[in-house]
Amino acid sequence: MTMGYDAPDQNGRFGPYGGAFVPEILIPELHAVQEAFERSWADPAFQHQYLSLLHTYVGRPTALTFAERLSHELGRGQIYLKREDLCHTGAHKINNTIGQILLALQMGKTRIIAETGAGQHGVATATVAARFGLQCIVYMGAEDMDRQALNVERMKLLGAEVRPATSGSQTLKDATNEAIRDWVSNPTDTFYIIGSVVGPHPYPMMVRTFHKIIGEEVQTQLQEKVQRSTPDAVVACVGGGSNAIGIFYPFINAPDVQMFGVEAAGEGLHGKHAATLTLGEVGVLHGAMSYLLQDQEGQISLAHSVSAGLDYPGVGPEHSYLKDLGRVHYLSETDDAALKGVSLLSRTEGIIPALETAHAIAALETIVHQMENDAVIVVNCSGRGDKDMQTIMDHL
Amino acid sequence: MSSRLSIKLHSLQQRGQKAMGIFLTSGFPSPDDTLHLLHAIDQGGADFIELGMPHSDPLAEGLPIQHSSTTALQAGATMKSTLDAVRAFRKTSETPLLLMGYINPILKFGIRTFCTEAALAGADGFIIPDLPPQEASMLRDHAQQDRLHLVFLVAPNTSIERMKQIDQLSDGFVYCVSITGLTGTGLDGQQDTINSYLKDARHIIDKNPLMVGFGIQSHQDAKRLSKHTDGFIVGSAVIKEIKRLWGYSDLTLQKRCQKLTLFIRSLKPTL
Repeated sequence: MTMGYDAPDQNGRFGPYGGAFVPEILIPELHAVQEAFERSWADPAFQHQYLSLLHTYVGRPTALTFAERLSHELGRGQIYLKREDLCHTGAHKINNTIGQILLALQMGKTRIIAETGAGQHGVATATVAARFGLQCIVYMGAEDMDRQALNVERMKLLGAEVRPATSGSQTLKDATNEAIRDWVSNPTDTFYIIGSVVGPHPYPMMVRTFHKIIGEEVQTQLQEKVQRSTPDAVVACVGGGSNAIGIFYPFINAPDVQMFGVEAAGEGLHGKHAATLTLGEVGVLHGAMSYLLQDQEGQISLAHSVSAGLDYPGVGPEHSYLKDLGRVHYLSETDDAALKGVSLLSRTEGIIPALETAHAIAALETIVHQMENDAVIVVNCSGRGDKDMQTIMDHL
Repeated sequence: MSSRLSIKLHSLQQRGQKAMGIFLTSGFPSPDDTLHLLHAIDQGGADFIELGMPHSDPLAEGLPIQHSSTTALQAGATMKSTLDAVRAFRKTSETPLLLMGYINPILKFGIRTFCTEAALAGADGFIIPDLPPQEASMLRDHAQQDRLHLVFLVAPNTSIERMKQIDQLSDGFVYCVSITGLTGTGLDGQQDTINSYLKDARHIIDKNPLMVGFGIQSHQDAKRLSKHTDGFIVGSAVIKEIKRLWGYSDLTLQKRCQKLTLFIRSLKPTL
């Protein structure tokens, strides 16, 4: 059904989704970013620089760990964990920030801006900005600054300025608005490192490209472990959806691989949640057409999740397309289930996952029952849970 | 298209006068005020009005218009209340009125229905800052069908080639954003850059009238910036003035409106 998948088209459309719904000031900048990205990605010298940084600085390839006790506890399936939690800074986010900061340098930009929800992308951006000596400003929702205080301090230590977004829900949506407004005001010297497969074209395509190494490594590692390069299923959590796209993308044209994206159901689908694909409608947010949470008037609704990284009323346009194609199954898990997921993985495997990742862990109970008894299931362990200890302690 | 707007702009051009466009956030401070404010602005000598449909996530706006949008939504402003205000205004005024807003509330309302209702209410067109020309085909055909203008924007970093394309696609006028920034950004120290950009834009854009906006706070700003354009638009400064007037709790609505009319009148440069 999706053999020969080649989205996006030249206008940045994934089927009807994506595009570039931005003020005119950003159009020349987006064209320049796209041009720099396409030229650089085709350049062996750039590829070498990107891959060697991933190797020597990020610590790639990350391990693929057989989760023996977790598999046993679930009673079905052979669960493998793709250990993005072992990346430098503690999550997959740095694959993308390395790629984008190299582009910023290519383009002669001197000032880096970013938005962050859980703080992981902010830390990953502050890290690469420090590594290359560029000025860095991170916008973060004031509410998120409270619940992710540790990451705020990490960013400051790394030399970044953290600016609170105090409008609206004071979370990731508003931090993204502020970052876009900053870019509109400073287009000449500033590079905006977007943290997920969201935003206007070319960002969803570009961020996917910088994360697809996750799935590519899985192909190689599975070959060594189970003598075939494709698993029976791949599972990842979805907020904006970057870790999910990173692990899904290399398998999109492999029809035997089932794919599961897990959204945040928050307090439950009848209450406050962030289940954009499950319950949202099509609209435009942050420069792209995609599913989103909105009210009767087309105003953007406030999302809710215990995990700041999934607390977003939009989702990457490619996920909207993959949902419509039926290529990826999107499920959702509640705050409570995610907290249980944290315990489950910590207790069975000695790995404390991020609250975001824990949504994918929580969904395994459902997923293993949809698969053969001995199915090989790869879960993207997208981040580690140290940053969430305060929240976890408050809830457990 | 001989519309209210094009007739107005043409007649001002004939007389060698600059058009003054005034922006108002619909529903700010509350939906009940909108009709009164529209009349106050009209009486102040606005040649056309840009009525903003408030949105929760207005990407191109600086703080004054962001805050006015939030206040309006909290006060219960809806797409319907905006269209109702236009309809009521149109009963007694022929001043051209464009609806300004972001695409998502329009998508939710339904593009076809929205164009029909806007035209019936008496609006003359749209300015949608997050709908650049290459994404606008979804709206353009419907707008044309209802004889509504669709105005596109250019900015100081827009290439010559793209300015030409935008001139071809824009309908009503071309909106020249004065600076690379948000609405309400100060223009200090940038006069020379802005002046040479507007002068260039004037040469490149020849199909449409040219209106300059963003950052204009006084008749001095208006006079300087509209030297090379057919007119100017004031937004954030008007919103700030309304906020100031509504801060005086002892003023009646009538007094506030009278004072706003005087403020609008003061924005028009003397010849």
